[in-house]
Amino acid sequence: MSETTTRAEPRTTTEFRNVTLESRAPSGPIEQRWDQHRFNMKLVNPANKRKYTIIVVGSGLAGGSAAATLAELGYNVLCFCYQDSPRRAHSIAAQGGINAAKNYQNDGDSIYRLFYDTVKGGDFRSRESNVYRLSQVSVNIIDQCVAQGVPFARDYGGLLDNRSFGGAQVSRTFYARGQTGQQLLLGAYQALERQIAAGKVKMFTRSEMLDLVIINGRARGIVTRDMVNGKIESHVADAVVLGTGGYGNVFYLSTNAKGCNTTAIWRSHRRGAFFANPCFTQIHPTCIPVTGEHQSKLTLMSESLRNDGRIWVPKQAGDTRPPHQIPENEREYYLEERYPSFGNLVPRDVASRNAKQVCDEGRGVGPSGLGVYLDFADAINRLGANVIRQRYGNLFDMYERITAENPYEVPMRIYPAIHYTMGGLWVDYELQSTIPGLFVIGEANFSDHGANRLGASALMQGLADGYFVLPYTIGNYLAQGGFDKVSTDNPVCREVEAEVADRMTQLLSINGKRTVDSFHRELGKVVWEYCGMSRSADGLKKALQRIPEIRAEFWENVNVPGQNENLNQSLEKAGRVADFMELAELMCTDALHRNESCGGHFREESQTPEGEALRDDANFSYVAAWQFNGVGNKPILNKEQLSFEYVHPTQRSYK
Amino acid sequence: MKFTLRIWRQKSPKEWGRFVNYKLDDVSPDMSFLEMLDILNEELITKGDDPIAFDHDCREGICGMCGLVINGIAHGPEQTTTCQLHMRSFKHVDTITIEPWRATAFPVIKDLVVDRTSFDRIIQSGGYISVSTGGVPDANTLPIAKDNADMSMDGAACIGCGACVAACPNGSAMLFTAAKVGHLGLLPQGQPERYDRVLYMVHQMDEEGFGGCTNIGECSAVCPKEISMDFIARMNRDLIKANFIKGDIEKK
Ligand SMILES: Cc1cc2nc3c(=O)[nH]c(=O)nc-3n(C[C@H](O)[C@H](O)[C@H](O)COP(=O)(O)OP(=O)(O)OC[C@H]3O[C@@H](n4cnc5c(N)ncnc54)[C@H](O)[C@@H]3O)c2cc1C
Ligand code: FES
Repeated sequence: MSETTTRAEPRTTTEFRNVTLESRAPSGPIEQRWDQHRFNMKLVNPANKRKYTIIVVGSGLAGGSAAATLAELGYNVLCFCYQDSPRRAHSIAAQGGINAAKNYQNDGDSIYRLFYDTVKGGDFRSRESNVYRLSQVSVNIIDQCVAQGVPFARDYGGLLDNRSFGGAQVSRTFYARGQTGQQLLLGAYQALERQIAAGKVKMFTRSEMLDLVIINGRARGIVTRDMVNGKIESHVADAVVLGTGGYGNVFYLSTNAKGCNTTAIWRSHRRGAFFANPCFTQIHPTCIPVTGEHQSKLTLMSESLRNDGRIWVPKQAGDTRPPHQIPENEREYYLEERYPSFGNLVPRDVASRNAKQVCDEGRGVGPSGLGVYLDFADAINRLGANVIRQRYGNLFDMYERITAENPYEVPMRIYPAIHYTMGGLWVDYELQSTIPGLFVIGEANFSDHGANRLGASALMQGLADGYFVLPYTIGNYLAQGGFDKVSTDNPVCREVEAEVADRMTQLLSINGKRTVDSFHRELGKVVWEYCGMSRSADGLKKALQRIPEIRAEFWENVNVPGQNENLNQSLEKAGRVADFMELAELMCTDALHRNESCGGHFREESQTPEGEALRDDANFSYVAAWQFNGVGNKPILNKEQLSFEYVHPTQRSYK
Repeated sequence: MKFTLRIWRQKSPKEWGRFVNYKLDDVSPDMSFLEMLDILNEELITKGDDPIAFDHDCREGICGMCGLVINGIAHGPEQTTTCQLHMRSFKHVDTITIEPWRATAFPVIKDLVVDRTSFDRIIQSGGYISVSTGGVPDANTLPIAKDNADMSMDGAACIGCGACVAACPNGSAMLFTAAKVGHLGLLPQGQPERYDRVLYMVHQMDEEGFGGCTNIGECSAVCPKEISMDFIARMNRDLIKANFIKGDIEKK
């Protein structure tokens, strides 16, 4: 935008730079780092902000809050989402709540404690400086949301209510019935709509980013497909922000919305952005089990159910009696027995792995044998059905609607499912990827959760990034100047548009025999089997052999009907699945190289004598940031070493 | 289970649509309604036909993306979202008619997909509180009576699916608009803009071609979030007061 001073070496879009990973995390006392860094960053003069344009892809908590805030600051924003309205981003589905270190309950919470819990919960695979900043700004998020009119739950005195969530020992979770995500998203959406009305944000709905445009070494635009008329076009700006969410749908069945995809971050990865810790995925223990091949997605039941429900399976493998006919002494309450101090409230990864283990032993329940009981009979006896109804009524109703079983009478059946992806594009302390001018926020980056995310912390991170971090750090980048004038007539834009169009044509012209979904399902099964709840070198090697075969068959035998020039949902899916096919291989490569267990990544070769995850800090205390090296070629591993000055690595124990 | 499906097919906004019959055997009662359509689409694709376009995303009843008129009822027989409806709600052998939302302000894009951007424009006209990021007071400086907070939440629960409009014989968006006006108007933070907000939002609603409200109540009867008609009464009261204090919006 401003006059060019130095010109970077021109380069084509598929060439790679030699990058040293520079986290740019500040040093000094941890509580002063963010303040100090903000002071050190360059500012864009208020009058100059309107000369800059920023592309924000995504309108979830991360993208929506960033787009609104950047526009309020005076930047021109172009914002994109694939749904028909920015209000429908997948953040809307979050039920449980959002953490903040407000210490409103006076129960000993503090910024430091939230920081400590998050670093430890992440099993020592995150960056301390980032996590501390996240805890610091968490308090501002709640203030901001209340000012916007988010109707958080309140107590009878009219003050904000909190609950303890996901095994935390303090009550720091703010919630709005079972719809916290929706209410937070509506807050951000309303702020965004206000800026659209003010003309500061131009919103593109039903518009899918299919590639990134890099000009002279900087991210300067994106290529999108208009999902209604198929038009493939470029948009240019001074910086690009991706807030495109997680990639859990690589497993086909997950708790994510059907449209969640990896395309925006994967295409950017192919253009040079490093992908960090792709194998760090989170499995949620309390989802409704699969009923058959027709199943299209999995539904999460709130984790809070484990506060009162008791988890058990029959002692005897192959016991098919209905639950009420199985006497007490023939049941195993395996979590209570194995983890006496945490019982049914052990962390997500531990609860999930144990469920898999008992099912693998043939003791799973339900028609598929992939399920365990979550039984409320004792709680109902103790507290009465009414209390249980007050606490969980809406969840019980939802369960009954989906399964046609009444959980007041029959124990619920639950099974783990993929829920969240800690991995994502590598970013530095300023949330900038390895491509200058490309910023990544929310679940799309590899972020602050290390190898395992604590409950109610994703909403916090998305809003922290979007409201309070990115709007400052992007200014530091823009203030450096040196931007060439670019327009959509730029030859690089033309080139990338042509590549995208070719891809669409190719997908449409294969005319094979199998549907996109059938490939997606097949891929998902392989990834779930070998790179899901527990992983081994043998299994991962099998997956690494199988995935390229599935991919090859996809490109020969997929059937994508219709044309590009109108609404074509098969074509949309085909593009996404094609990218999942490549990502899946990277996930398995990462999982195979990380020969340790940590957080959600459980390597069978690395466990304690009691069968718990065993970290290997001497060899793996780093972020694995992978560099793309062509489809089918081994990606290049870059390491960002982690150091822990404040929270010292210990082995987690929940016995 | 065996079904005859009468489905609205329409290639584009400009072309005429029509009903086409499809047969589907071997449907499991555990399938969701959208999974049943997935199966039909898999069959259509395998036969080389164009699959049926329909909107959906979360499949959990919260994003508001799905929405079909099923046997004449918006979201079908269970007062839940289409994605949360299961095949066990139908008879074992049945004919099911499936149509898109029908309303002037929701033009059909293709088959069962409609354009609901008019809802976003209603929000743009004033469905927010004018605060920018930063510089806001501590969240607990403003206590809010629990009853008000709860009632506000009842309105905020709207998922913007548009079933209310599809069900209304007048194609009115009163319930949608009133839910947002009520959500914000019941909170102290929403007071400064309360009367401007209702004037602008109702004005925009009319501009978009939504019909007027004649108190039929079909909207609330199909609303998956059970938003009450009381919100409409409350909005009407605000509107009278707003006209009185602020005057006619056309003059502003
Ligand atoms: C069922 C469920 C319950 C959860 N509950 C909780 C909870 O209680 N507490 C908590 O803290 N976390 C929870 N989480 C996690 C949390 O909701 C998510 O991690 C978080 O909301 C992600 O926000 P985001 O803004 O990064 O992405 P999203 O909200 O997923 O938004 C992604 C945006 O990017 C757009 N987009 C994606 N790809 C493209 C593309 N190629 N082109 C254009 N646009 C694109 C989408 O349209 C959308 O607007 C839950 C998650 C699930 C699945
Ligand atoms: S698909 Fe989200 S509400 Fe139905």
